[in-house]
Amino acid sequence: MSEQTTQEIVSPAYKVIGTRPARPDGVDKVTGRALFGADIQLPGLLHGKVLRSPHAHARIRRIDVSRAARLPGVKAIITAADLPDVENKIQEVGEGAIGLKYLSANLLARDKVLYHGHPVAAVAATSVHIAEEALALIEVEYEVLPPVLDVRAAMAADAPILLDDLRTDELGQKGTEPTNVAEHIRFQMGDPAAGFAAADVIVEREFTTSTVHQGYIEPQNATALWNQDDTITIWTSTQGAHSARDQVAEVLQWPATRIKVVPMEVGGGFGGKGNIYLEPLAALLSRKAGHRPVKLVMTRAEVLMATGPTSGSFIRVKMGATKDGRITAAEVWMAYEAGAFPGSPVGAGMNVILAPYRIENVLIDGYDVVVNKPRTSAYRAPGGTNAAYAAEVVIDELCEKLGMDPLEFRLLNGVKEGDRRASGPAYRRIGYLETVRAIQQSEHYRTPLEGPNRGRGVASGYWGNWGGRSSVAASVNADGQVNLIVGSVDLSGTRTTLAMQLAETLGIPVEHIKPVVADTDAVGYNDVTGGSRTTFGTGVAVYELGRRLKEEMIGRVAELWEVDPAEVSYADGVFAAGERRMTFREAAGRLNEDRPIMVSAATHAQEVGPGFATHCVDVEVDPETGKVTILRYTAAQDVGRAVHPDLVEGQIQGGVTQGIGWALNEEYFYDREGHLLNATLLDYRMPVAPDLPMIDTILIEVPNPGHPYGVRGVGEVPIVPPAGALANAIYHAVGVRLTHLPMSPARILEALWAKA
Amino acid sequence: MTAATNEIKVKARINGEPVEFFCEPRQTLLEVLRDRLGLTGVKEGCSNGNCGACNVIMDGVLVNSCLVLAVEAEGRTITTVEGLARDGGLHPLQQSFLEHAALQCGICTPGFLLAAKALLDRNPHPTEREVRYWLAGNLCRCTGYDKIVRAVLDAAEKMAMQ
Repeated sequence: MSEQTTQEIVSPAYKVIGTRPARPDGVDKVTGRALFGADIQLPGLLHGKVLRSPHAHARIRRIDVSRAARLPGVKAIITAADLPDVENKIQEVGEGAIGLKYLSANLLARDKVLYHGHPVAAVAATSVHIAEEALALIEVEYEVLPPVLDVRAAMAADAPILLDDLRTDELGQKGTEPTNVAEHIRFQMGDPAAGFAAADVIVEREFTTSTVHQGYIEPQNATALWNQDDTITIWTSTQGAHSARDQVAEVLQWPATRIKVVPMEVGGGFGGKGNIYLEPLAALLSRKAGHRPVKLVMTRAEVLMATGPTSGSFIRVKMGATKDGRITAAEVWMAYEAGAFPGSPVGAGMNVILAPYRIENVLIDGYDVVVNKPRTSAYRAPGGTNAAYAAEVVIDELCEKLGMDPLEFRLLNGVKEGDRRASGPAYRRIGYLETVRAIQQSEHYRTPLEGPNRGRGVASGYWGNWGGRSSVAASVNADGQVNLIVGSVDLSGTRTTLAMQLAETLGIPVEHIKPVVADTDAVGYNDVTGGSRTTFGTGVAVYELGRRLKEEMIGRVAELWEVDPAEVSYADGVFAAGERRMTFREAAGRLNEDRPIMVSAATHAQEVGPGFATHCVDVEVDPETGKVTILRYTAAQDVGRAVHPDLVEGQIQGGVTQGIGWALNEEYFYDREGHLLNATLLDYRMPVAPDLPMIDTILIEVPNPGHPYGVRGVGEVPIVPPAGALANAIYHAVGVRLTHLPMSPARILEALWAKA
Repeated sequence: MTAATNEIKVKARINGEPVEFFCEPRQTLLEVLRDRLGLTGVKEGCSNGNCGACNVIMDGVLVNSCLVLAVEAEGRTITTVEGLARDGGLHPLQQSFLEHAALQCGICTPGFLLAAKALLDRNPHPTEREVRYWLAGNLCRCTGYDKIVRAVLDAAEKMAMQ
């Protein structure tokens, strides 16, 4: 088995940062005690089910719930008529803007259903089986309309129109005609025509990618109690309790502060659990059922049909370079499927697609397009994987035509501090070139790959990361143990990484910090856990919290000693003034006798450090079946500062694996009428353990100057390079360039046959 | 627990204790373990046998409890994740998963632990390849399996030394 390595470029002597302590929620998670959303049990609990559209595109003529309502055990039924009318306002929810009207229409279809699985009604009953029986008794009359299922077809002049009121936002100007194109965005820099004229070699290719899903193992769920005092409590697996609260408040037109969201443990999100689906339905059912609590849990088929997915896309990339290997110009045209409502991550894809390269002449056009598929939501580096795939394949082809080593090409053209990309300001300190050199120097890359049908591919990736708003609080107990109250939901170990940052700041052992994820009534506002923001952004808040706590305790120790606070110093867990000494623990005891010790901090972290990665993969392609076997995989990433290296490695290995699934197997299959044909985890084929080797990681620490410990977000960029790296490896193995994701065995075989 | 008219009484041994419960014939073992017996450590990920989150060991055999009817538990011995820790301490597999950071969100962890236990019960010295193939019925979306495989191999080694 291979080893993990950490290369430290700067190595200050930290005591806690960089160690690998046990996670505080670990024992609960290996003993089955941790409570996830669906685990909640309440007295008088009712169970709900959602009726979903069997059509991809249809007008709702009539809904009759009378027979269902008469079924014994049924306590409430709701349709879109139970949701308040909401004006079309835009609400910021972290990774994208949402039209509130569309958000509401996605929860329960109003006049039209726009995808197979679109909710139409919901039932609460005394058991989940009775609720299911009731669904079968609801009569819905549909007028079926032709669906549109592909981004380019949806852009055609004669395409069926999904949303009657949609007009294109064309580079900031609103259009006048009905359309499926929600937005056209452009990034421009320099003079692309002149750049291409100066090129000796030009490569242009078109790529398509299928719809894929985040694939979290825990289905969406929500339990709600609409109390007799008109307060609402919601228990749910969400990436952001406050964001969920505010979305529910908007669609129900109910004061946010009369809603409490209790964030349960989250069984994977990857961006897909930042949106609400069931929460308002559970609340409305609870009110209608006489204020009894109602639990809704999706089946796997519902998860695949109606939540998540990320965009299918069409991307054209044209790139030119001089004989000596310098990129002179790039042009990109990309259209992303938004699903049934606007809001694809095409803008983020445009940020990603050329980000690792210094190119003076750039034109990027992006289109956000609605189609009759579920409304898309964020998925780990949203829009980045498919974008980088297209660019990295074109770069590999450029390298081939130039006869250049692909890593040397990247070192020649790669971005460093001070360079700027078409979509943003100049980079501050970044570690892209370091990731390329790390792969170049790795044992993996230096070991020749031998054997027939084997090939090696490399690719790079970028993700901008995010900071966001965070609120935290701490109280110091008399025994010196510190309760750390955070509002950032813990998806994968951020209780640990936040506790570590507080421990480092306070100079006390991490075991003395007890982190708690609080509900929306108990802590200030926190943006969603997403965008790789929590260890960085909430980390900034925790650092400030630690600083204030030290200041508070220094002031109070000074009071106790009757000296000026300026005379009291604090280091390594000890307060000192002159000859006097007091440990943190002693101070905690003494000060608490007088009055409790509690501080809070609220921050909006701005100085985000982007993440870069370069991956290398060896594959063997079976020419008879088209199956790709991954022989070896190495991912090098600038992680800023690996707060807990095990968790950073885990983020990289998990992201790589999702990227591998996207690249080789995962896709939504629709029939011509728009029915999703593979809504099970047998047919939606995610990677399993035998599909993979160990995933080697090289952690490079180029500290982010915008964080006191140098932290950068690490969770997203690892999903960006795998598809490009695999496409390039497959080419070098069997000589075919795959221009569609996934590169499934059937598509590889077709390409091999076409070549022969 | 009182029985509704169409409910059937089932006696089983769960996590070392004799247990009696009533269930409808249409209820799965997964549903009864979670909703009637409060064993919510058994997770539901797909309810059609594809993800392994609901794995339990029944009479020594690893099963997806979503594919077993509750009435089939009659007379059987069942171990869930809640029954893994014994004698006041964690099972070596539980310990190993913690030490190797073999979990992120934790939703698949109970299933992986039961699957790994069933493997080590019959094959105390598995190779990496055997571990990977045995765990093919368990989906994890967070870890890429790397640290899970290492945790199982390491636990096997430690258990062999005990």
